[in-house]
Amino acid sequence: MTREAFSELTKSLQAGKFVYTGEIEPLKTTSLEETLETAKILKGHVVAANITDNPTAFAYMNSLIPSYFIQKEIGLEAVYQVTVRDRNRLAITADLLAASALGIKNVLALSGDHTTVGDDPGTKPVYDLDSTALVDLLRKMVDDGTDIKGNKIDQPPKFNFGIAGNPNADPLDPEILKIERKIELGADFIQTQAVYDVGLMKEFVKQVSRLKVPVIVGIAPFKSRSMMDWMVKNVPGIIVPEDIQKSLLAAREKSKEAFLDENLRIFGDLIKEIRNTPNVSGLHIMTIGFEWIVPKLIEKANQ
Amino acid sequence: MIITIQKSDEDIKKMIEDRDKIFIVGCGTCATECQTGGEEQVKELKNKLENLGKKVTGQAIVESVCDQRLTRRDLRRNKEAVADSNVIMVLSCGTATQTVSEISKKITIPCCDTEFIGTTERIGKFYERCRACGECILYETGGICPIARCGKTLLNGPCGGQAKGKCEVGGWEKECAWIQIYERLRDENRLDLFKKYRPPKDHSEMASQREVIFK
Repeated sequence: MTREAFSELTKSLQAGKFVYTGEIEPLKTTSLEETLETAKILKGHVVAANITDNPTAFAYMNSLIPSYFIQKEIGLEAVYQVTVRDRNRLAITADLLAASALGIKNVLALSGDHTTVGDDPGTKPVYDLDSTALVDLLRKMVDDGTDIKGNKIDQPPKFNFGIAGNPNADPLDPEILKIERKIELGADFIQTQAVYDVGLMKEFVKQVSRLKVPVIVGIAPFKSRSMMDWMVKNVPGIIVPEDIQKSLLAAREKSKEAFLDENLRIFGDLIKEIRNTPNVSGLHIMTIGFEWIVPKLIEKANQ
Repeated sequence: MIITIQKSDEDIKKMIEDRDKIFIVGCGTCATECQTGGEEQVKELKNKLENLGKKVTGQAIVESVCDQRLTRRDLRRNKEAVADSNVIMVLSCGTATQTVSEISKKITIPCCDTEFIGTTERIGKFYERCRACGECILYETGGICPIARCGKTLLNGPCGGQAKGKCEVGGWEKECAWIQIYERLRDENRLDLFKKYRPPKDHSEMASQREVIFK
């Protein structure tokens, strides 16, 4: 059964529009300035932007606060990312109640990178829930009006909620089974980890298409050579085909501008491929720190 | 088995700075197998202490220090040496140190760090297998424990941190427990168990000072 659309993102998906979503990373700061500037750049080009929750286990500003402010100040809908790494079910439930009070409509349920990969590896990881149980919690809050234990909530939240999927996962089968379980538990949409390999992307989409939920495929162009090297080395399961790496490196040899042009060419083509793949509902563009490329990429893909 | 490792000489020295008369307790079970509190290690500690100018009033290798009956018996057998000491140093797990402390009422020095409940491949190769969570689900997980062996203690794994069956914790060197569980259940034609939703654990049972009392 399809859940009612509470968010613009889900309304667009249900209307069969091809959606674009962006991503904003709050940093280790008390300032909202950069976050709001980024939201301004993205507004009008994406239907919603994910706000990351302590990505790679670095403690940044609580994702709920920027989620609220980009909606209020900029008018850009947020996808409030929630990981189960830092908070137990009590704290997550409390945050979700607060999120709803602040007008948040989309939640993305995540495990969160392990604390040992973060900037304070000695941190105690929580994982009281896992990402699957978080989907269960969200469903119970929204559909049953209770917390995960069944305790009644007065004026339950109205969220649409998604999950992550990884087309690069090797082996892929357990990933698909896991996604299937989350969809059966009530997730509304899938946003994927960044893909670079068209074949992997197509296989993933083919396999999840039977689950009949919208798939928003993720891409992450490279801001710089060092960012490319870092992602290839540190982001689990990311597979960047050799030819892409080679052509970007060759461009970088020429100049920084050539590197960015090559990004536009490669990712513009990739977006076209993704758009032309049956059963893809949208594109999630992760461009932390160089959001200005988003409108250019979308324009390029539309040419 | 309870896997222990010995604390460094430096750390041990700090705890006995003001103590000059010492009784040593070793353990004939786990700590002997771990080579942290068997006969040889008790002898080594005795030599080290004597080199520091301390008096070792006596020693006992209790068959299983965690068994209060055995520890009480052996401390009684060494009554005078124990009475003559001002601290007891225990070369065994945390349970052993507490057992000695409770029975002897002496200041008790832990000489080992308790690592985990694990399996022995051979001496010097020990691997964690159980977290004593109080609710065994090994039947559902192909005999592989995700609480002890998944870095995130996930009940519905694997997470996005696995790559080619390796775990992000520790830099993709160790096996991802959930990929192992998947493969095992697949080979046993039991993937329905892999896909089954396991709700979050009830932690109230292990909230504090667990006990098992026969009715």
